[in-house]
Amino acid sequence: MTPLLHVAHLRMVFDGLVAVDDASFDISAGQIKALIGPNGAGKTTLLNVISGLLTPTSGQVALADKPIHGLPPHRVAALGIARTFQNVELFPAMTVLEHVMVGRHLRSRSGFFAAALRLPGMRREERQIHLDAERYLAQVGLSAHADDLARDLPFGKQRLLEIARALATEPKLLLLDEAASGLSTREKKELVNLIFAIRDIGVTIFLIDHDMDLVMSISDEVVVLDHGEKIAEGTPHAVQNDDRVIAAYLGEEPVHA
Amino acid sequence: MRWFTAQRTFLAALLGVLLAAALPFVLLHGSAGPLLEQNNYWLGVFTFIAIYTILAVGLNLLMGYAGQASLGHAAFYGIGAYTSAILTTRTACSPWLAMLCGIVLTGVVALLIGMPCLRLRGHYLAMATLGFGWIVFIVMRQWEPITGGSSGIENVPSLAIGGLVFDHDVKCFYLTWALALLVLVISANIVNSRVGRAFRAVHGSETAAAALGVPIARFKVQVFVLSSMYAALAGSLYAHVVKYVNPSPFDFHASVSLVVMGCIGGMASVWGAPLGAATITLLKERLQLLPWRDIDVIIYGLILIVVMVFLPGGLVSGVQVAVTRLRRQRRTAAAREGAPL
Ligand SMILES: Nc1ncnc2c1ncn2[C@@H]1O[C@H](COP(=O)(O)OP(=O)(O)O)[C@@H](O)[C@H]1O
Ligand SMILES: [Mg+2]
Repeated sequence: MTPLLHVAHLRMVFDGLVAVDDASFDISAGQIKALIGPNGAGKTTLLNVISGLLTPTSGQVALADKPIHGLPPHRVAALGIARTFQNVELFPAMTVLEHVMVGRHLRSRSGFFAAALRLPGMRREERQIHLDAERYLAQVGLSAHADDLARDLPFGKQRLLEIARALATEPKLLLLDEAASGLSTREKKELVNLIFAIRDIGVTIFLIDHDMDLVMSISDEVVVLDHGEKIAEGTPHAVQNDDRVIAAYLGEEPVHA
Repeated sequence: MRWFTAQRTFLAALLGVLLAAALPFVLLHGSAGPLLEQNNYWLGVFTFIAIYTILAVGLNLLMGYAGQASLGHAAFYGIGAYTSAILTTRTACSPWLAMLCGIVLTGVVALLIGMPCLRLRGHYLAMATLGFGWIVFIVMRQWEPITGGSSGIENVPSLAIGGLVFDHDVKCFYLTWALALLVLVISANIVNSRVGRAFRAVHGSETAAAALGVPIARFKVQVFVLSSMYAALAGSLYAHVVKYVNPSPFDFHASVSLVVMGCIGGMASVWGAPLGAATITLLKERLQLLPWRDIDVIIYGLILIVVMVFLPGGLVSGVQVAVTRLRRQRRTAAAREGAPL
């Protein structure tokens, strides 16, 4: 079976700095896959390439056999890849519900003209967008904050909002960049439940995180990046016992044994 | 009611209609002759406020919602005015058709400027429109056989619907405000829609908007084209109301004052546009009486600084913030006293 996402010999160079170096791996549909590695290993860069924010220096990315490297981010999103951001990227002047409504952009079509004249089809669609957005907010437990400005939310809830907004695009693949960092233990537990729930509705998940307990307990497979290079890939158990992984993490936080 | 996004839009529009409808009666109270054939200095000023409102709404959308600045908007205003003037005086074209031609032509020009500039991040649009503004101004002044050079074009005909010719101040006042309100309602509708949310998202974070599937370059081009077409509509109205065009209302000063208008009115709501338009128009009327040349530019600069520092969202957002604060204070006070909310 072809993998959902196929990454081959991916290389991303910034002014001579090699951020991602010949990385190759696959993500199969329905998996929870993790990407780990020390700070500056190139994890976020890899996500940026997959989601189209960066054009790779060389190499390929294919979603269900369709090449997507070099496509602009909105096209990648339309093909079914959604993401969250390590440093949350919210719309400061918009409410929580509006964020999720923007997430419905790809799933609705009314344009300028219909909006200007408030044609009946557009009004019907607006109501639907509203309902759908409320449903996604409820899914992450933010219904009570629907009318708050997103920037007024506590940090942990901002991360959840990013997930709701990404889910609203109905992605095939969801990329989470350090969704658990900065969360309390309780929030992390809730996040883990949410991630499982998302996987259960058929969304494949590729996540970056530094919390080894969390990563090792929820992932089906783990990819390890160090200095842009893939140094290991496999089940959590295999990766934790890999010599190169242990060496890469020496001097960093220890890999959970 | 269906025509409006929300109760608030409807109420704002209703208030606008009532104010606009009542003003001539107030200003002309006690004067002799049929109402529609009156001329009055203040009605003329308010007609200009309507025209500037249309311009300011466009800049509001462009700056406040797409986060882009145009430093040459007076050029689009000018293209609208000159297209109307040229077509109606040099050909048999009717004023309404000329207006439409001006709007379409301006839209095409804006598309050609916007497409290359808005694909790139950064303020290329501001620079390109600055240059474009100069070019258009020079063409207006130098292409004498067509534009009449610095002496301009006289005897531009008035707009008319059937036998109703918009030639006196009262009629022009109603015409321009009807169109200004139409533009305001349409713009409020756009803002409160999928398209408007996409604009605001792009302004908030281009990265996040793009990652959610919003084609940011296309949306920026669309709002730029729309705002330039509003400017052309305003220009055409100007030509048919004043019945005369020359280059000076469309120079760099005008572009700057338009940007200031957009900022004063506020980026938070299209309903701030009339406020910005009124402030600048009235100020200009006063400043004209002063003996110093170019004092207006200095004043605009000062206003811009004050607004940016104290009311970054413009007058309307200032009011909104004040109201929200008051409400919150009242609510916390009520909570402290243990009163039910
Ligand atoms: N846009 C960019 N321009 C230049 N260098 C970058 C850019 N993005 C990331 N880098 C560099 O690439 C390396 C990998 O960064 P990143 O992907 O953020 O690492 P990680 O997410 O694994 O911590 C770092 O050295 C970082 O400074
Ligand atoms: Mg990172």
